[in-house]
Amino acid sequence: MDPQRTPLYEEHCKAQATLVDFAGWSLPIHYGSQLQEHHAVRNEAGVFDVSHMTVIDIKGDNVRSFLRYLLANDVAKLPLKKALYGCMLNESGGIIDDLIVYYLRESPAYYRMVVNAATREKDIVWIKKQAEPFNIDIEVCQDIAMIALQGPLALSKLASVLSPACMNAVSSLARFEACTEGHWFIARTGYTGEDGVEIILPEKEAPLLWQQLLNNGVKPCGLGARDTLRLEAGMHLYGSDMDENVTPLESGLGWTVSFEDSDRNFIGKAALLQQKAEGVKHRFVGLILAAKGVLRNHQRIVCANADDGEITSGSFSPTLQQAIAMARIPASVKESHCQVDMRGRLLPACIVKLPFVRKMKDNQSISSCDEAQVQPSSGVYK
Amino acid sequence: MSEIPADLKYTDSHEWVRDEGNGVCTVGITFHAQHLLGDLVFVELPDVKKALTAGEEAGVVESVKAASDVYSPVTGTITAINETLASTPELINEDPYIDGWLFKVKLEDEDELESLLNAEEYAEKITEED
Repeated sequence: MDPQRTPLYEEHCKAQATLVDFAGWSLPIHYGSQLQEHHAVRNEAGVFDVSHMTVIDIKGDNVRSFLRYLLANDVAKLPLKKALYGCMLNESGGIIDDLIVYYLRESPAYYRMVVNAATREKDIVWIKKQAEPFNIDIEVCQDIAMIALQGPLALSKLASVLSPACMNAVSSLARFEACTEGHWFIARTGYTGEDGVEIILPEKEAPLLWQQLLNNGVKPCGLGARDTLRLEAGMHLYGSDMDENVTPLESGLGWTVSFEDSDRNFIGKAALLQQKAEGVKHRFVGLILAAKGVLRNHQRIVCANADDGEITSGSFSPTLQQAIAMARIPASVKESHCQVDMRGRLLPACIVKLPFVRKMKDNQSISSCDEAQVQPSSGVYK
Repeated sequence: MSEIPADLKYTDSHEWVRDEGNGVCTVGITFHAQHLLGDLVFVELPDVKKALTAGEEAGVVESVKAASDVYSPVTGTITAINETLASTPELINEDPYIDGWLFKVKLEDEDELESLLNAEEYAEKITEED
């Protein structure tokens, strides 16, 4: 079957994008240089077509109770307009998908969920099945486009194309807040570690917004840059960093699971409590390669006095100019370094905390790999 | 710049070979190869004076997306490598046939170049792959 086209397909062709089939959608991997697109988002502003994402609106009086049961994170702590990131688990605690949920209206309650494209069908089936006892209205949004405008200049670029009314609403948004303005939904969220917005709008209006942003010097960016940006920002990719075979606790996502309200039951809770009681056997870390080369998914991690670990997402960090990765290693590993099996050669790497690149106001802090640390006198490394 | 210069020879594995005369040839990867790989970030080249057989692994080019082996198109001895690629691997993307060259080989048998693909044959090959 031919991949589906987003409402911005023609724009991508005009911009000479290299298109790939991603989760059944024809999407740009880059428009010439993935590295330049990455730097544009870190330093100025870039725009992504993320219309492949699945948007699900959930409305009704029981939605809050439903979402408190469906998700491992607790929407009860979510103020109006705010977004919450979390996981949807199966009974064993395995991750069906990660998602973001926005709380848009109090009464009758209205929440909007954005879930992954690759998991669209199974998510919808699962959500509808779990919702049966709750008598709520679930609508998968059709005929929409989603545009992510990201980077330190994102909001000022947006100001030059939005109507004053719309921009007023956007200016008042704090981080992780969302608003609706007519048929547009604008959230100050993203998947790059930068400031910016994600806009969901009617598909017919998407090409004009896209063109206006490009005319204002915003760089179109593809899935390639999206992946290196989210990896630097320590953000997970479903299907690579976690799936139904692992729990949030062994995926560096324990912070998205809320046990605070002991009266709240959620799907997977019993399994997670059991795993906690028995001890979580893996932890999720960042790696920086202390040698030349590029870390790749599924490479083996060799740790001192412990079982092997595995890279879940590896790539080259354009900001650090070094290979970085997210990896699952045995919880028992105490050392701050390890080795990576790169096509038969064991190369040294530093174990670091995520994220690799963090924006604090206007300052950027980046992780570093202390080379002295990974050259032990024992001569373990060549 | 032509994407498949007519004056070069090519391999099935997307290397190009330029006859420099006096039994030496220059090797790189084609425009098509660098386009498939995307932005290159790391290049591993053979040592100078290393003897290589045609088809033998000579080095690795790594892009953000993937690692790819580079094979020696001919049998001979490495006489030079492009050292500037260590700090500027993007030269391979920007100018694969001139500044982005990888290594030079002193041919064991100068006639070996005749056995490689010409531009037309290489163009046909990549059309078939698409």
